[in-house]
Amino acid sequence: METIGIPRSVINEIIDHAKAGYPDEVCGIVAGKEFSSAHLYNMTNTENSRVSYFMDPGEQFQVMKDIRERKEKMLAIYHSHPDSVAFPSAKDVRLAYYPDSLYIIVSLAGDIPVLKAFSINEGEIVEISVKPL
Amino acid sequence: MPVKVRIPTPLQRLTGGKEEVEAKTGTVIEIVNDLDKQYPGIAERISENNKIRRFVNMYVNEEDIRFLQAEATVVKDGDELSIVPAIAGGISQ
Ligand SMILES: [Zn+2]
Repeated sequence: METIGIPRSVINEIIDHAKAGYPDEVCGIVAGKEFSSAHLYNMTNTENSRVSYFMDPGEQFQVMKDIRERKEKMLAIYHSHPDSVAFPSAKDVRLAYYPDSLYIIVSLAGDIPVLKAFSINEGEIVEISVKPL
Repeated sequence: MPVKVRIPTPLQRLTGGKEEVEAKTGTVIEIVNDLDKQYPGIAERISENNKIRRFVNMYVNEEDIRFLQAEATVVKDGDELSIVPAIAGGISQ
């Protein structure tokens, strides 16, 4: 399995965001020149739902512009699964329009949060191992 | 001065890797259909029956077309039209 190193602080921020938004799904963007120096954008889930998310389009537009201006990349898109496992759902896969970004899912369904990363390309899901730095 | 159209990464394989293309002025849907003549297949990814798909956000300069006249919004000379696929998902269908 391919491995990426992500700063522990970024991983913790994603998990904290997921917990703060519980029981709703939360979403956000991981940006940077590379994962080892990545930073986070917490975004608004306009659906306020525990089973789905739709990132606020206006925020997304501004953040993507910010990322371009900083000459960074949208390295990953994250969202939480309050009640289900850390694996992309059929709808997650169908709506995965950014094959160049990884999809990070944090599950709060168990006793401890589980964070996993995937590449999703034309419906094909490949798990990428996450190593906290 | 033509309209500048910003193409998102996932659609750049239809534009030969180009991040920005040019289009003639017109309404949003006219521009989308016009782009399809240069880049076949692109209109179908953005729209369905001349309506912009629910999971595609479009902006004229900084404004979401949902807050303008949607597909009928007129894009003028020098404007920038951005195509931005939504970021969404969920366990329900
Ligand atoms: Zn999901």
